[in-house]
Amino acid sequence: MRYLHIENARLIDPSQNLDQVTDVYVAEGRIHAIGHKPATGGIEHSIDASGLLLVPGLIDLGAHLAEPGFTHKGSIASETRAACASGFTHVCALPDTKPVADSPAVIQLIQEKAAKAGFAKVLPLGALTQGLAGEQLASMFSLSEAGCVALSNARAPFKDSYVLRRVMEYAATYDIPVFLNPDDAALSDGGCMHEGPTATRLGLTGIPQTAETIALAQMLLLVEQTGVRAHISQISCARSVRMLAQAREQGIRVSADTPLANLIYTDEAVTGYNSQFNVQPPLRSESDRQALLAAVNAGELAISSNHRPHEVAAKKAPFADAEPGMSIFDGFLPLALRLVERGELELSALIRATSTLPAAVLGQNQSLSESNWFNAALIDPAAEQSFRRSTLLSKGRNSPVAGKTLKGAVNAVFIDGRKVFG
Amino acid sequence: MHLPDIEQTCTELGQRLAAYLQQNNIEQPLLVGIRTGGVWIAERLQQQLQTEDGVSTLDISFYRDDFTRHGLHPQVKGSELPDSIEDRHIILIDDVVMSGRTIRAAMNELFDYGRPASISLVCLLDIGRRELPIQPDLCGVTLALEEGQLVKLSGPTPLQLSLA
Amino acid sequence: MTTDPSQVQLTADGRLKHFLTTEGLSRELLTEILDTADSFISTQERDVKKVPLLRGKTVVNLFFENSTRTRSTFELAAKRLSADILNLDIAKSATAKGETLMDTLWNLEAMYSDMFVVRHADSGAAHFIAEHVTPNVAIINAGDGRHAHPTQAMLDMLTIRRHQGSIEGKIVAIVGDILHSRVARSQIHALRTLGAAEVRVIGPGTLLPRDIEALGCKAYYRMEDGLKDCDVIIMLRLQKERMQNALLPSEGEFFKLYGLTEEKLTYAKPDAIVMHPGPINRGVEIESNVADGPQSVILNQVSYGIAVRMAVMAMAMSGQQQERNELAEQNSEQSDVHNNEPGQEEA
Repeated sequence: MRYLHIENARLIDPSQNLDQVTDVYVAEGRIHAIGHKPATGGIEHSIDASGLLLVPGLIDLGAHLAEPGFTHKGSIASETRAACASGFTHVCALPDTKPVADSPAVIQLIQEKAAKAGFAKVLPLGALTQGLAGEQLASMFSLSEAGCVALSNARAPFKDSYVLRRVMEYAATYDIPVFLNPDDAALSDGGCMHEGPTATRLGLTGIPQTAETIALAQMLLLVEQTGVRAHISQISCARSVRMLAQAREQGIRVSADTPLANLIYTDEAVTGYNSQFNVQPPLRSESDRQALLAAVNAGELAISSNHRPHEVAAKKAPFADAEPGMSIFDGFLPLALRLVERGELELSALIRATSTLPAAVLGQNQSLSESNWFNAALIDPAAEQSFRRSTLLSKGRNSPVAGKTLKGAVNAVFIDGRKVFG
Repeated sequence: MHLPDIEQTCTELGQRLAAYLQQNNIEQPLLVGIRTGGVWIAERLQQQLQTEDGVSTLDISFYRDDFTRHGLHPQVKGSELPDSIEDRHIILIDDVVMSGRTIRAAMNELFDYGRPASISLVCLLDIGRRELPIQPDLCGVTLALEEGQLVKLSGPTPLQLSLA
Repeated sequence: MTTDPSQVQLTADGRLKHFLTTEGLSRELLTEILDTADSFISTQERDVKKVPLLRGKTVVNLFFENSTRTRSTFELAAKRLSADILNLDIAKSATAKGETLMDTLWNLEAMYSDMFVVRHADSGAAHFIAEHVTPNVAIINAGDGRHAHPTQAMLDMLTIRRHQGSIEGKIVAIVGDILHSRVARSQIHALRTLGAAEVRVIGPGTLLPRDIEALGCKAYYRMEDGLKDCDVIIMLRLQKERMQNALLPSEGEFFKLYGLTEEKLTYAKPDAIVMHPGPINRGVEIESNVADGPQSVILNQVSYGIAVRMAVMAMAMSGQQQERNELAEQNSEQSDVHNNEPGQEEA
């Protein structure tokens, strides 16, 4: 057997509580040995990984890949490649495409495009309701059979709590995981940023925290009643963190994630009407940001990308008229590492929140341990990257790192032992 | 360059103005000074002649022809003229006449207040360099300055001339 | 990166080149606007009200939201500055997309427009245009969403200064629908910069925006408390839609609680002045006896409106002009360098 030999890497895998400088030997897509050279076989290729981090591949619990339907904003190929640039091996694709991912045919199309592109693996999230309209159940079993890892209604609202209850009951019947975005449409109606002093000063309509927490309370009660396997997507408020902890204390099985942007920025970023910071969920207050960081450090909260590419024109409008979303894949890793450098986030917590926890949500094994598939990213934390609009891998022109130089770059990404990036 | 004595020049100018008014049968002249230096000279002349209406002031900021070059003067103070200047004999007073553009702007502004019977121009100094066909009726001193030299009046008390 | 709106409106040496918001402008600059407006008031009292200052300049009134009143005062102000004025009323639906808005503006810029007076339903619209679309056209914000209405605020400041002597040390109460009011936000910033002792906002909880006190004012729910010792009372207009959005029960109840009556007026100082940006809903925000009474300066506000708009237009055009001249100078210097013969060494 001929091995890929990764030499002297700092291997960090929170699933095994591992953080050590070691060697890894990979063959036939799987990890054969860690630390010591296997007894038989020779080295086919060696990578000197001194000073580099070797981490389990990052798994994104929610991104907008813009395809099908919005190819002027991005494509599965361009966006999964940008995901690789930050170390992602798997990306959950949100169903708000055109057509909506509410039929096996659309799921199949997405899978074919992703396989052809050959970058990060796309894990489709099917729609919970037909056309995401929030009224009639989508063919949830068929979608699951077609390869959806979970079902979601993205941020589209459910018509009422009756529909939400039935959605959960039906999904629970077949043990299909559901991803739910807590947002009370009536309370967030017309809002484009966090309701607080900045919104008041700028005269922009705010989205109160209660738009999230009221919806979350309703969801948690229905999760308890229906017993559905639920993950709460993209929370933004301190209060939500506490509510989730209480729910878990009461034995409700529920996980959650927050978008990276909500760990980095606050509502004050909107000052000056920079439409780049028109995102959903909205950027909240500093105390919300701190609570989210604490939850990530405590291992209670995963981090998702909430990546959403846009063409220039989508953002060239007065703030409230601009399309919400941030193209964050290109800058995801360096932005996250900056939080580590500032001491706001522990490195192991970052890896846990972007790989270990998402893997658990999806029931996957992403551990870097012997005989497992080798899904990993090799990261140079010291390498400087200068991001220019023209060299961004995402087709989205709404990247927060354009024009910036940041530390941290991915050297290589391996999926099932195959190098797909770098 | 020797600069003239202001007090003396003003006194002489006042005497010549009195004679000018008599000669032209102007009984109730309206003294109008152009901000800022012209107002000081006008006040000085008014004290000497004791005209009835006091001194009116004209701020030509809104009438300048160099707005596209220099923009609006940051300290616009506005004009203060009597309710009507219709059929009045106006003595327009400035400290220094040079290109003649200020005088043109001042006359344009005056006409937006009404139709005066006559306008006469009185200046303390004439330094030449005219760009418009405008000449003072009375002038204190004519100075021939070197190229690039300018003369500046500071005041109101004491009135002082300096070269820049 | 988008910058602070207050900085976008200034030239490198701190002069006005757009007028987007009163927030972040220095006391000196706000005072200069008031002083200049004072000078224009004197020209407005003449038979010939026009001055030739902006002769040959083209001003476009770009109203994405209807407001005949505001548009007319800007039109008159432009005409009295001898500018040519073009009125464009653009239904918002036609420019729902940012792209279309930009096309419209670029077309107008290509027609050698010098100034856009912009009214738009979106907060930040004027700022967006000044920063991203036509930075070389002077932009005057004639109201953007709930954000700012700086010319209205400045005419209110001028009114206070002319009728109460100064703004410094005065207690000012703003009453009514603060939530939707761009006027109130612009007033609060201007009042604070100009040294008002206290700025108060009075209204029901549904019409006071969250964290309004972060702007530097104090919130009151009762007129009796809020009007105590006030020198200036500014009543805001109440839109009929507020009743449909579950923000208020009825006009009657609003008037009972917040309508300015002779009785409520007695809570304030005896020489307090009463202001309203108009048009007034008599019997809703204010009773006729007060609106037409001796303490009302509502009609004076209207006449100062023209002078303030003339001042702001003249100042912004002046700053914009300066910047253009500097740019032209730089360009000519650059072309001088290019004209140098190859091989010629620079000193």
